[in-house]
Amino acid sequence: MTTILAVLEQRDGALRKGAAELIAAARQLADAQGGTVDALVFGAGAVSGTDALGAAGADRLLAATHADFAHYCPDGIVATVAGIAAGYRAIVTAATATGKDLAPRIAAAIGAPCGMDVTAVSLSGEAIRVVRPVYAGKAIQTLELTGTPVIAVRPAAYPPISAGKTAEAVAVTVPPFTRRLTVTGIAAPEQATIDVTEARVVVSGGRGLGEADKFALLEELAAAFEGDAAVGASRAVVDAGWIGHGAQVGQTGKTVAPELYFAIGISGAIQHLAGMRTARTIVAINRDKDAPIFKVADYGIVGDLFEVVPVLTAAVKAARG
Amino acid sequence: MKIAVLIRRVPDTTAKIVVGSSGTTIDPTGIKFVANPYDEYAIEAAITLTADGGEAVAVAFGPDVVQETLRTALAMGVHRAVHLQGEPAADGLANARVLAEHLRDGGYDLILCGKLAVDDYNQQTGPMLGELLGLPCATSITSLEIADGTAKVMREVEGGTEAAECALPAVLSCDKGLNTPRLPGLKGIMGAKKKPLEVVPVSTGPVLATVVSLAMPPERPAGRIVGEGPDAVAALIEALTSEAKVL
Repeated sequence: MTTILAVLEQRDGALRKGAAELIAAARQLADAQGGTVDALVFGAGAVSGTDALGAAGADRLLAATHADFAHYCPDGIVATVAGIAAGYRAIVTAATATGKDLAPRIAAAIGAPCGMDVTAVSLSGEAIRVVRPVYAGKAIQTLELTGTPVIAVRPAAYPPISAGKTAEAVAVTVPPFTRRLTVTGIAAPEQATIDVTEARVVVSGGRGLGEADKFALLEELAAAFEGDAAVGASRAVVDAGWIGHGAQVGQTGKTVAPELYFAIGISGAIQHLAGMRTARTIVAINRDKDAPIFKVADYGIVGDLFEVVPVLTAAVKAARG
Repeated sequence: MKIAVLIRRVPDTTAKIVVGSSGTTIDPTGIKFVANPYDEYAIEAAITLTADGGEAVAVAFGPDVVQETLRTALAMGVHRAVHLQGEPAADGLANARVLAEHLRDGGYDLILCGKLAVDDYNQQTGPMLGELLGLPCATSITSLEIADGTAKVMREVEGGTEAAECALPAVLSCDKGLNTPRLPGLKGIMGAKKKPLEVVPVSTGPVLATVVSLAMPPERPAGRIVGEGPDAVAALIEALTSEAKVL
């Protein structure tokens, strides 16, 4: 029996987005041997959004409730998962900031290998094979993992499925644990923005902007997507202090795979391309027609970004009507 | 305060990656190897925290070439270095166990590392060491304050900044934003040659992860220039609407 455990993430009592994608990945692995999927949720009380997990493909909904689980509590989560891990073929988490923090802890606690930031997972006899970008996507590695591997799956790798099940609810015992790390809270940024890794559209700027204030142009273009878009940046402008490092896309920043990526005033250094080359559609705007960014862009406009971007912003607004 | 800083030797981020003849590793020909960029934040933090006393020790697990990278850390200002001489595996846990074995009785108040190494992107060493050593661990920190034996950190999560705290000793993995790493000066580089570098032969135990293959990513199909200047916007919108269907 192939039973897969999907460890889900919540914030402020609500399931984080990406849960359905993670269940889809677990489902695919379980179905390969007629197995089942358990979804495991941690909270200080009931977690909203979990009633949809059956429809997303989970057979059982395991709830671990503890006062310490209001915020992320890695020590308590690891103790709980380690307590039930023996029955599972594999354990999956989302490859988010939290999931990537958690997966190696669980792996070390149960003596299992960890597959990090995985884009595809499959059974291979007694082992499990994972495919993952390395060198920030400049190469693709296939790893074979034995034991009960803990695998952090990229949120965009598996689209949600519609299974039409109702998950059976099961309470899970939280064993005694020592809370060594205490998360005291999450501060949201002053303006409500979405993260570049979670946005459907990313509007990135580079040195071509000339100065920090010009990011306002990109913010206006992003705003035209009405909450669907985030502003990103190249390493050069982050290092220059024009924008916070959280916006950096590239090998020493974030790897993004949005549906639509705008590279504006970005020449296309190899380390930047590594972070965005898996975007579905790439648009480049640059005044240098020989800029390397045009080699990876689906659509390019050669021109002065200060002339092109305002027209583009107006056109996007009009097109979305 | 006694601090261990874990260091990896990786290809420079500007390097073009080519798969080697083994089909499981890269071809290192012509590649410049550097200290992992995220490790530089850890090195800088360790030097700053021991500026008024204490000891910062750079530790690297790998073949003999990692001694070059350890010398870089020494040139930046760490006090001494330890080379755990051996071949790391593709299994992050097997490697973390080697490090844990060495660090366990080292009397360290802090163990610092980069949030990930820009070669294998495994991002496992810090959190695994926390578990193996039974120490608190915070990953990908962008700020750090230490007072009265407690570390207060901030880390970026999707859509916000998480604040956390723990008692020392602790394991912390460092992200961009934590500090601005110094460049080694000439005096540092000269001095690094005289600082102690201890070599300790090690080997990994059971390995549960192996590389089946390493391949180049699929090439993106060639795109096209839709036009020049603001007049090209109409053609772009048309392409995004009817071809790419992303608007």
